[in-house]
Amino acid sequence: MEYVIEMLNIRKVFGAFVANDNITLQVKKGEIHALLGENGAGKSTLMNVLFGLYQPDGGEIRVKGKPVRITDPNVANDLGIGMVHQHFMLVDTFTVTENIILGSEPTRAGTIDIKRAEQEVRELSERYGLAVDPTAKVADISVGMQQRVEILKTLYRGADILIFDEPTAVLTPQEIRELMDIMRTLVREGKSIILITHKLKEIMEVCDRVTIIRRGKGIATLNVAETNPNELAALMVGREVQFTTEKRPAEPGTPVLEIEGLVVKDARGLAAVNGLNLTVHGGEIVGIAGVDGNGQTELIEAITGLIKAESGTIRLNGRDITNLPPRQIIEAGVGHIPQDRHKHGLVLDFPIGENMVLQTYYKPPYSKRGLLNFTAIYEKARQLIREFDVRTPDEYTKARALSGGNQQKAIIGREVDRDPDLLIAAQPTRGLDVGAIEFIHKRLIEQRDRGKAVLLVSFELDEVMNVSDRIAVIYEGKIVAIVDPKATTEQELGLLMAGSKRKEAGVSS
Amino acid sequence: MKSNRLQQLFIPVLAVLLGMIAGSIVMLASGYNPIAGFSALVYGAFGDTYYIGETIRQTTPYILTGLAVAFAFRTGLFNIGVEGQLIVGWLAAVWVGVSFDLPKIVHLPLAILAAAAAGALWGLLPGVLKAYLKVHEVIITIMMNYIALHVTNAIIRSVLSDEGFKSDPVKPSASLQSEFFGAITHHSTMHYGIFIAIAAAFIMWFLLERTTKGFELRAVGFNQHASQYAGMNVRANIILAMVISGAFAGVAGAMEGLGTFGNISTKAGFTGLGFDGIAVALIGGNNAFGILLSALLFGALKVGALEMPSSAGVPTELVDIIIALIIFFVASSYMIRWLLSRGQKGAE
Repeated sequence: MEYVIEMLNIRKVFGAFVANDNITLQVKKGEIHALLGENGAGKSTLMNVLFGLYQPDGGEIRVKGKPVRITDPNVANDLGIGMVHQHFMLVDTFTVTENIILGSEPTRAGTIDIKRAEQEVRELSERYGLAVDPTAKVADISVGMQQRVEILKTLYRGADILIFDEPTAVLTPQEIRELMDIMRTLVREGKSIILITHKLKEIMEVCDRVTIIRRGKGIATLNVAETNPNELAALMVGREVQFTTEKRPAEPGTPVLEIEGLVVKDARGLAAVNGLNLTVHGGEIVGIAGVDGNGQTELIEAITGLIKAESGTIRLNGRDITNLPPRQIIEAGVGHIPQDRHKHGLVLDFPIGENMVLQTYYKPPYSKRGLLNFTAIYEKARQLIREFDVRTPDEYTKARALSGGNQQKAIIGREVDRDPDLLIAAQPTRGLDVGAIEFIHKRLIEQRDRGKAVLLVSFELDEVMNVSDRIAVIYEGKIVAIVDPKATTEQELGLLMAGSKRKEAGVSS
Repeated sequence: MKSNRLQQLFIPVLAVLLGMIAGSIVMLASGYNPIAGFSALVYGAFGDTYYIGETIRQTTPYILTGLAVAFAFRTGLFNIGVEGQLIVGWLAAVWVGVSFDLPKIVHLPLAILAAAAAGALWGLLPGVLKAYLKVHEVIITIMMNYIALHVTNAIIRSVLSDEGFKSDPVKPSASLQSEFFGAITHHSTMHYGIFIAIAAAFIMWFLLERTTKGFELRAVGFNQHASQYAGMNVRANIILAMVISGAFAGVAGAMEGLGTFGNISTKAGFTGLGFDGIAVALIGGNNAFGILLSALLFGALKVGALEMPSSAGVPTELVDIIIALIIFFVASSYMIRWLLSRGQKGAE
């Protein structure tokens, strides 16, 4: 069998840190090859080497059997390597065609030959079953469609080898299904695909082979047909991992959070949360399922006081906390694991130790007569670092220097340690690997078992179904259904998230 | 780690040397003797107790304007208004200095506090506009500089003098001038203000690094979103930061009004002390101790440069260029660091 890409014993070193330690990746023509690894395992580094963004310190790259030196992304393009980025690089106000030809515009007599370009884009789209309208404005099409535009961009430039970087992170279940079909079509038409992911389910479903890397080293390359998720997870993390977190049935107590008729406007002045009602009891985890942009962010920011609610009430333990300043809401007993840990969760240029007292720095023992008590601050920091297994050289290291998973563990440690009656966890495991996810889920359930209320917001259906005791589906700023995770399916949730009404009367609450 | 420390110390020295080499080329190209020129510069800054006294006197306001800019920087703000805050502080100090007859132990602190309060007030307005209306502080502070310049001129003419161009000298009870320093430095204008400037550097360090309020100010400076999330009052902290920054600048004005000049005159243009403060703060790494050193560099260059035309015959225009070159190289120590790392890679 011929290999289209061979990366042989690739080594890449940053200072004293070995990011890629003699990794070998061989991709066969016409296969979907998964690249699996934890965060920081070296996947991105390896792909950046292939795409010409980094120069390897050792090893050899062969494309279609020929040794090559990929000195920059243009060389990679010329060799037929295309990258579908996780964060789309599209100009919102341009049409699909304009975005696709950007940088390699076909011209006629000095002007762009837009008709010809549109024709070409349409042909490509039909050939690979992408169903993209070449004349639509990017701002007007869905996230899933925008991703297809990214795919078309690489195809338009003649790519034979497509690298997909965590492509499903932003998609709904239906869109994920469609993407997998597209990937199968691409392969059938002779393309080869490298899929960067840490989602085992996707690998099992769509990939032919998988290469696992751990801490910069190549661990194994397996045929997907001959392996299973448990083996993959164990190889990736280096130990056995549990997928479904064990938990007792919930014992809901009194209502902790009660939201009635909440309306919150977004930055554009539109009602992002539009008459939302929701109750979360002590001793239960309520999961909010929904496609990104249906009011989740505004809901959380209104509860925590970061933005003002237009109308409606939010009560915590019976007390009205609507539109109180954030500090009063925090002191009333709300903990918040924010969606964007870099924007909200941490002061990245502060030592991790000082980040541990971000909400409590002004209280004794951390502050005495207006002065900081660093002994007490760092004692608390060491305790949390130990209890929550935050891997950092020491408590004085800047938060910026920690990996995403460890930053997240630090935030969770801080929030859980304050022992809030209501813990809001927004996308608590985004971008984390199975080991860290398992840890975080356990902590959320632990809080629940101690009688606390937990509100979980996640775009990962697996997570919502796994961890929640009740699932509230949010659509266009309203809770449109409350379902029992044990009695629902991914398909049903997906449909509800897309706005279709429930037909059967079996609404559980 | 050890070699890093050494490099930290080594780079500014190398930067000054590179700046002097560039300055030498300029002098050679213009037909002047660089050795004579730089000898004059060094002699003019440190060659005699008189010159040392003058250098310290010039360093004093630079420390305070540097601290003012740095304090704002550390809290996420760009205070271009240090110049105007300095001018109103100068006026306030002199006003109090000439208007009252009080024991020195009351009068002098009162005059300095008046300067701090005036500077703080000049910082308050941009702070409030920034916090509540998101008006960029750079625009407001620049405009406040002009207001300060012309308002103080009007007050000097109509209130502090009889349509004249300068005020009376401040009463001895409000003066920072020092017979003792004069005696040991051949009658230089060095005054007690240097102690106030050094104390201010300590205060800035203590306030930012040791107090609970400083924790908040730094957090807001680095990340407003996280500060808001953590329950801090971002608006109040922005305003407070501008007020404190302005107070440092106001005290810098007091150094001129109570120390160096002992009065205030109408000005045709800005003093430049406030704008140089931006460079002092940046070269000092926005750190209190670093600012003491970079203010000394600026003070020494400014005072030493006066000697270059008279003893080496280098014209003042060229002197300005040479001083600017040295500061340019110190400011671009990033470039030197980069060149060094390239060199190290090449050697491997």
